[in-house]
Amino acid sequence: MENKKIYSVVGLFDTADEIIHASEKVVENGYKKFDINTPFPVHGLNQAMKLKSSPMGYFALVFGLTGTAIALLTMAFMMTFDYPLNIGGKPLFPLPAFIPVTFEVTVLLASIGTVLALLFVFFKMPHNSHPLHDSNYMKKCTTEKFGVCLEADDEKFNEADAKAFLEKLGAKEIETIYTVKEDVPPIFTKQFIGFLVFTVIVISGATYFVTNKLMFMPPFNWMMDQHRVNVQSVSTFFPDSFSMREKVEGTVPRGFMPEEYKESPDSAGKYLQNPLEYNEKNIALGKKKFLTYCSPCHGNLAKGDSRLKDNFPKPPTLHSKKLKEWTDGRIYHVITFGQGVMPSYAKQVTRQERWAIIQYIRTLQRALNPSEEDFNGAK
Amino acid sequence: MRDYSIEPSVVEGKPTFRQIDELIGAPLEKMPDKKFYIAISITGTMFLTGIICWGLSFYYGTGLWGNNNPVGWGFPIVNFVFWVGIGHAGTLISAILFLFRQRWRNGIARFAEGMTIFAVMTAGIFPLFHTGRPWLAHYLFPLPNDHSLWVNFTSPLLWDVFAVSTYFTVSFIFWYVGLIPDFANLRDRTKNKVKKVIYSITSLGWRASNRHWQHYELVYLILAGFATPLVLSVHTIVSFDFAVSIIPGWHTTIFPPYFVAGAVFSGFAMVQNVLIFVRKVFNYEKIITVDILEKMNKIIILTGSMVGYAYAMEFFIAWYSGNQAESFVFINRAFGDYAWAYWIMVSCNVIFPQLFWIKRIRRNIPIMFIIGVLVNVGMWFERFVITVTSLSRDFLPSSWAYYKPTLIDGGILIGSFGMFFTLLLLFTKSLPVVSIAEIKSVIDGAQPTHHHKEANNGK
Repeated sequence: MENKKIYSVVGLFDTADEIIHASEKVVENGYKKFDINTPFPVHGLNQAMKLKSSPMGYFALVFGLTGTAIALLTMAFMMTFDYPLNIGGKPLFPLPAFIPVTFEVTVLLASIGTVLALLFVFFKMPHNSHPLHDSNYMKKCTTEKFGVCLEADDEKFNEADAKAFLEKLGAKEIETIYTVKEDVPPIFTKQFIGFLVFTVIVISGATYFVTNKLMFMPPFNWMMDQHRVNVQSVSTFFPDSFSMREKVEGTVPRGFMPEEYKESPDSAGKYLQNPLEYNEKNIALGKKKFLTYCSPCHGNLAKGDSRLKDNFPKPPTLHSKKLKEWTDGRIYHVITFGQGVMPSYAKQVTRQERWAIIQYIRTLQRALNPSEEDFNGAK
Repeated sequence: MRDYSIEPSVVEGKPTFRQIDELIGAPLEKMPDKKFYIAISITGTMFLTGIICWGLSFYYGTGLWGNNNPVGWGFPIVNFVFWVGIGHAGTLISAILFLFRQRWRNGIARFAEGMTIFAVMTAGIFPLFHTGRPWLAHYLFPLPNDHSLWVNFTSPLLWDVFAVSTYFTVSFIFWYVGLIPDFANLRDRTKNKVKKVIYSITSLGWRASNRHWQHYELVYLILAGFATPLVLSVHTIVSFDFAVSIIPGWHTTIFPPYFVAGAVFSGFAMVQNVLIFVRKVFNYEKIITVDILEKMNKIIILTGSMVGYAYAMEFFIAWYSGNQAESFVFINRAFGDYAWAYWIMVSCNVIFPQLFWIKRIRRNIPIMFIIGVLVNVGMWFERFVITVTSLSRDFLPSSWAYYKPTLIDGGILIGSFGMFFTLLLLFTKSLPVVSIAEIKSVIDGAQPTHHHKEANNGK
């Protein structure tokens, strides 16, 4: 070991009083690059060393506010914008209900961020190759003594002077610490690459096994393999081996009472009554549905003049005398069951909409052929 | 008259730094003795019972438990709330008492924090298995998925996921940050090469530099400042699981403070119980003094009285609100099918801790141990009473039923104690259970007297 470079000169003290005194003297003497090592934090040492106050509080503040923002923005994105869900009629951005999670994420991020910044950015840890490690000085400083370390980087540093200075302060076990040449761990060795390949194979193999095999073994597959009949599959239970059963005769789906008078349009005209009130709202609904479903054949004004009029059995006008005399119920029957080439519109328009369409047809009939009374009423 | 302006030392007998190192490091250097093997075989058997019952529940599902309509929250939730509560004392000791500059907490903080971590780990298993499919538990977090559906951030059960996981993470960080200087101490004292490598890695190359101590102390203070509202928020949110629902007996605003007080109450009883053994077995009588145990008993009587007040207030509000369902539930608790559980709870939580008003009982170790055990029995029954009585008598009388736990439920409860104590026993043999750096800083004569200047001037 020839070119040993000096790292520092160190000395040990027995009590906290002595170390405070020593650090004040070191500062007075103009040393800038020095350190005090103590087994526990000693009160008043920061002032004696004239250290600037720690900025860690600002780090905690910034990390904490970042956590707050991340939590609130994430929740707003998920619950307000990406997949808005109405939960109990609450607003889509329910701030009070977001407070707990926001608080937790704030604390989590502030704690993790501050500690990581402290250890890995401020202290540059892990640092096990530091010259002080394994020295007698370090072993005493982490257990029972208080040490002063004058570093060789300081402008004023001179080995002999530093030793004399520490001796004058009353330090014991004064010694010189030399820097160690740091070993750079070789990365591209056969062993390391072998280790990497091994890790990749193990991790990918384990992932493949878990996601493609394990999840299809009991008990993980019990949700999928239940004792039930799946759709489109052969049933071993029913003699006809159909898994889907016929409905019991006379079954009526909820809200779908069958239409009456299918075979007797005249009875429909006689007995069915328009249940809707004749008002603007219903006429507007009827207009909308008429223009969507009826106008392609019957024309926008129900004159039978749509663009289909030449290449189609001509759709009749709805302003004929026959139509005007028909009751609402009779027209309802035509819309519901169809007539001639006109198919049933029961699937396209609901019952209520059918009655509204009829109201609109009545409105058109009156608007295109107004009577004297209508004009009188307008005056 | 005693002069209260002079604070008595929290460590008895003025030990030197070296004596402290040797005393605290001793359990880590000696091979475990017979007592340790006996203890760990008992807790290990309990733990194994739990593992078997957990394994059966994992394979066959939650149908093995007594949970059924209307009591869907049986033992698993009772145990979860109980164990999370046990954890709270640790954070209170390490963080809240640190902020209040209570120097006596230095001797017990590390151990209490360890108990926090193990208790939260134990607690976390219960909701995990209560989901029914523990292997899909990652969907408790808002993960992107095929259904592009997110978790419900307005649900208290989700708040719980965030609260408990944050609590565990922050407690662990706090614990580890406190351990770093001690790892450096052990690294520099050990003669075993393997241990030296381990301690070198875990101490991250700590050099006990005052330039580091300065930032370290501030960060420790900041962490304590974060952990304090955090610990209060955790049991508040656990209580929201109940209070935000509309079941009679749960839907009350007193729940958050009532739960936090109860958690600290049971946690302190548990810490006190375990410390009585630790100080005896490892000869820590001078570090964990009877004074410290007495102070803990004072906190037990304070929180116990708060819990007693909450019981009384619940009854008062049930009557005062004029709500029929509410008053029925409370009368049913005291005189209905579960009256036995209710009166165990009241006697253990409200009556026995009041004996601590007597100083001689407060300082008598066998009696305080018995009271501590009773407090934990009482607090377990408190969670049982809250969960089961309310659910078994909900709004619909046709669905009323009597909840009976199964053998598997009992096995899991035993297993949870086994897991907690096994982890604690391993902790006592692998890490310093008292913070070496913190206890050194409160020994008489450890801190500077600030008289040296005058002394120098006199020279």
